[in-house]
Amino acid sequence: MSSIEAPAPIQADALTEADAEELARRRQRRFEKIGRWALPLLIMVTAIWLWDRICVWNEIPHFILPRPGVVLQTLADDAGLLFSSLWVTLKITFLSLLLAVAGGVGLSVLFTQSKWVEMSFFPFAVILQVTPIVAIFPLINIYVENQTAKLLLCAWIVAFFPILSNTTLGLNSVDRNLIDLFKLNGATRWQTLWHLRLPAAMPYFLGGLKIAGGLALIGAVVAEFVAGSAGQSSGLASRIIEAGYRLNAPRLFAALILISFTGILIFLALSWLSNRILRRWHESALSREH
Amino acid sequence: MSAAPSIEADTGDTQLVLRGVGKAFGDVVALRDVDLTINQGDFLSLLGPSGCGKSTALRLIAGLSAPSAGRLEWFGPPMGKTDVGFVFQEPTLMPWATVFDNVWLPLRLQGVGREAARDRIAAVLAQVNLTGFEDAVPRELSGGMKMRTSIARALVTRPRVLLMDEPFAALDEITRNQLNNDLLALWEKERFTVIFVTHSVFESVYLASRIVVMAAKPGRVFDQMTVDAPYPRDEAFRTSEGYAHVTRSASTMLRAAMGLDPVEDGHVVD
Repeated sequence: MSSIEAPAPIQADALTEADAEELARRRQRRFEKIGRWALPLLIMVTAIWLWDRICVWNEIPHFILPRPGVVLQTLADDAGLLFSSLWVTLKITFLSLLLAVAGGVGLSVLFTQSKWVEMSFFPFAVILQVTPIVAIFPLINIYVENQTAKLLLCAWIVAFFPILSNTTLGLNSVDRNLIDLFKLNGATRWQTLWHLRLPAAMPYFLGGLKIAGGLALIGAVVAEFVAGSAGQSSGLASRIIEAGYRLNAPRLFAALILISFTGILIFLALSWLSNRILRRWHESALSREH
Repeated sequence: MSAAPSIEADTGDTQLVLRGVGKAFGDVVALRDVDLTINQGDFLSLLGPSGCGKSTALRLIAGLSAPSAGRLEWFGPPMGKTDVGFVFQEPTLMPWATVFDNVWLPLRLQGVGREAARDRIAAVLAQVNLTGFEDAVPRELSGGMKMRTSIARALVTRPRVLLMDEPFAALDEITRNQLNNDLLALWEKERFTVIFVTHSVFESVYLASRIVVMAAKPGRVFDQMTVDAPYPRDEAFRTSEGYAHVTRSASTMLRAAMGLDPVEDGHVVD
């Protein structure tokens, strides 16, 4: 019976306790906000500093492992050469990504229009995807004359599958009731595709695009590697091979850094695009405070 | 079952007659021998336990699936694509589209442009009390507002028949009562035919002019009754003697349809 008297003080205590908890949570959130960019930056700087120290302490010659400063210097000195090579690689990457979007979306639309088409052609898409591109390249090398077409084809094969499979999944993940509603209103196949299936597939497509962006770059570089060993390419990958032959490690590292940054930029750009398109309606793009 | 008492002589306002309608999915009989007459301007409630085929009946009437037996006969002017409005149990809105665009959809599919549709959409949004929310997307709306959007979308083409499949089942009681009242007000003004599927006796009695009680295994029409209470009905009706009386008979009929004992006196079971 004594518990009947007790609630009031307990409630007051609970209130102050909750306030302390809330304060702690707020502090935590502030730390997290700073930590999100400060921590990776700190690790990065430490890693670069360690790299530099290891070179100095072990007296490693720069043709084996150059110091970060030397790499940066090379990046500046060889900027003309490196960036023109980067441009070549970028062109292949974006063009193949564009073709992958066109091919992936086009094919997946075709798949959803007819079960027969999907059943017939999906296995081919899978075979194309799972066969390592390096293994196919000698064939492409024989059959395709044009150097750019060769590289494009390779990068495209690697990049288009995630778009195809994701978009196909998206086009089929439409609310059954909405499909009924369209049917009820006498929508044509084209109207259902345009007003319902394509917007519903958008989050899936954008997820695939994010993966494909990275893969297109990898595809372009790998293709150059294989083609470059035949001494025909002028992209970043062939700069790396060339620098490797000449034991020009600083340039090799500089080219490597450029490729990494390109990959990061592509990823960030596509993430931004995806967020921009989905932020009003899709769960994946909503801020967590909501 | 020969001509059931539900089929009356073709008066001028008969809108739809179901004659011996059945629907089977493989070996499962969802609906058997349904005979039903629906008059222009009826507020008909299909009441029954889950599995009695009431949603199936609604889909047949909507034309979303074809009956495996019997036939549906429409009277009056031929039914076009825009003459049937459908409200699902979930709001079923396009999450990427604004309230305006969602309501615009049925008109858009008929080739009506944004500007041409603007006045009609404004009017129908005003009817469901959503003026000012044109640019909101569904996730910014409450459950009740989503359902209002869904109703506006069904009404935007001025359908002659409004089909509703347990539209308010997922809403809280306060919101449900409010939407009941708003729906009644709309219906009294426009006098479209409503076929309203529900498993709530209270909702049936409050809204409908006629209740068709269905039974399960196989889904069929068990019995029907007229709700004599006059319109307009309001919150006072909910607590009135007449309401309690009709509710009791509807409950008894539903319990009989489910093979249970009649309701004991003064004790109503939903």
